Amino acid sequence: MIDAIIDVSPAYFAGFVMTLQLLAISGVGAFVVGVLIATMRISPVPSLRMFATVYTEVLRNVPLLLVLMFCALVIPILGSDLDYYPLALIGLTAYTSPFVAEAIRSGFNGVPVGQAEAARSVGMGFAQTVTLVVLPQAARMVVPPLINVFIALTKNTSVAGIFFVDELFKQTDAATRDHPDSVILVLIYAAFLYLVITVPLGLIAGAIEKKVVVMR
Amino acid sequence: MSLSVLYDAPGPKTRRRSMIASIIGVILIVAFFFWMYLTLAAPRVNANGAIQPGTFDPSRWDILALPDVWISFGIGTLNTLRMAAVAAALAVLIGILFSFGRTSRFAAVRGITGVILEFVRGIPVLLMIFFVFLVFAAGSYWSGVFGLALYNGAIIGEALRAGVKSLPRGQREAGLAVGLTPIKAWAFIEFPQAFRQMLPIILAQLVVLLKDTSLAFIVSYPELARTIGNNRNFFGSRYMFTLFAIGLVIYLVLNLTMSWIARFVARRSGPRLGKALPNTPRQIGVDGTRAITLPGPGYGPPDPPH
Repeated sequence: MIDAIIDVSPAYFAGFVMTLQLLAISGVGAFVVGVLIATMRISPVPSLRMFATVYTEVLRNVPLLLVLMFCALVIPILGSDLDYYPLALIGLTAYTSPFVAEAIRSGFNGVPVGQAEAARSVGMGFAQTVTLVVLPQAARMVVPPLINVFIALTKNTSVAGIFFVDELFKQTDAATRDHPDSVILVLIYAAFLYLVITVPLGLIAGAIEKKVVVMR
Repeated sequence: MSLSVLYDAPGPKTRRRSMIASIIGVILIVAFFFWMYLTLAAPRVNANGAIQPGTFDPSRWDILALPDVWISFGIGTLNTLRMAAVAAALAVLIGILFSFGRTSRFAAVRGITGVILEFVRGIPVLLMIFFVFLVFAAGSYWSGVFGLALYNGAIIGEALRAGVKSLPRGQREAGLAVGLTPIKAWAFIEFPQAFRQMLPIILAQLVVLLKDTSLAFIVSYPELARTIGNNRNFFGSRYMFTLFAIGLVIYLVLNLTMSWIARFVARRSGPRLGKALPNTPRQIGVDGTRAITLPGPGYGPPDPPH
């Protein structure tokens, strides 16, 4: 029993580090793209709004598995010779970005209309209203849902394991085959490693949420 | 067409500028897709020097004429729906149980439910399905159903709990005052209100569940994503793009329909019941953003309590 734990540990830690890398890189990527999409959705230019809406709708309604399949299948035909790892990063970024955009939008929802109206009535333009009045107030409220998006991303990185990225789930899959006698132990060990990432993130989100509620 | 308070109604100059920007935007997007189309359509040279026909070459699409392909995709779609429907019903049930446990009078029950909930919520669905499959030897269908139901049930449970918490305390107190037991007060007064209020969130979660059925692919359940793989194994990888395209379109149709239903229900039951309580989660995904959209017919102040 304990042998199995010791035996799988090196592979698990390598997988854990890979999962963290996927989370960090595609998390930053999804945040940047998500902010862009959210900005496009409120921009005065109709074609940008439309593009952002279609982008969000399509990506939110396709399973991650198919998004990654697209990356592993179509992007190489388009003339890239990227490895599965960067392709998985692209897929996870693309899949997560509309959720980031929606989280930001829901934060904007929380800012009373009067705030924007007041800013406009004292003569501020679009950029000023957004950056000086709406955004600072929305930012606080955006953090908890945003953390939830990143928690979901942590769990979604496991799908990259199906596409030959050596992250935690792929290591778990291999470990269950190498240690058929202690399958439960090996699985719980992997679950524990995921919880090490997700539970603290959830606690942070909860704490911030409470603080925001008190402040309002 | 929603007007925004963030900028003025455009004048002739701005309209012209925005028109130009729109045209450039459309041209760029069309150009990108055209480039993608051309690249995909171009014949490719293999690593070993053999020339493959382009992705849109008729020789790569001729399997569409075979009824077997369509039958297999039909079965795959049905299997996906079969799993999603049962898992959704179970998820709502488990969600109710979770929310009940989390609001229990007994600290021990609350504590245990909380720990289970954190565990279930914190690990990937893929791992959950795999866990049920290996540990309980449940067979591919039921491991998918239980994995999905547990995970989504935990999230629905938390939504319901938030819904109960956001109700005015007087609701429960009034129930207790007329002699209901705490359980009855929960079941007849608090829960029905919380459920209706949270319906948009629950439905949105069920869309996620429908998407996540694709993960049952890992335990060889013959749903839609697996159907793509099976057909690829049968017809060869030259048809991969074709098969992928079929699967993608079916998923989009299924999920967009579900999302549309969810949004429709949200519009009908959400805003009216979601009173102006600070904790009331606002629905996400309904058009427009409150801070920037002028109040239209659907966006006025909440109706007074009935």
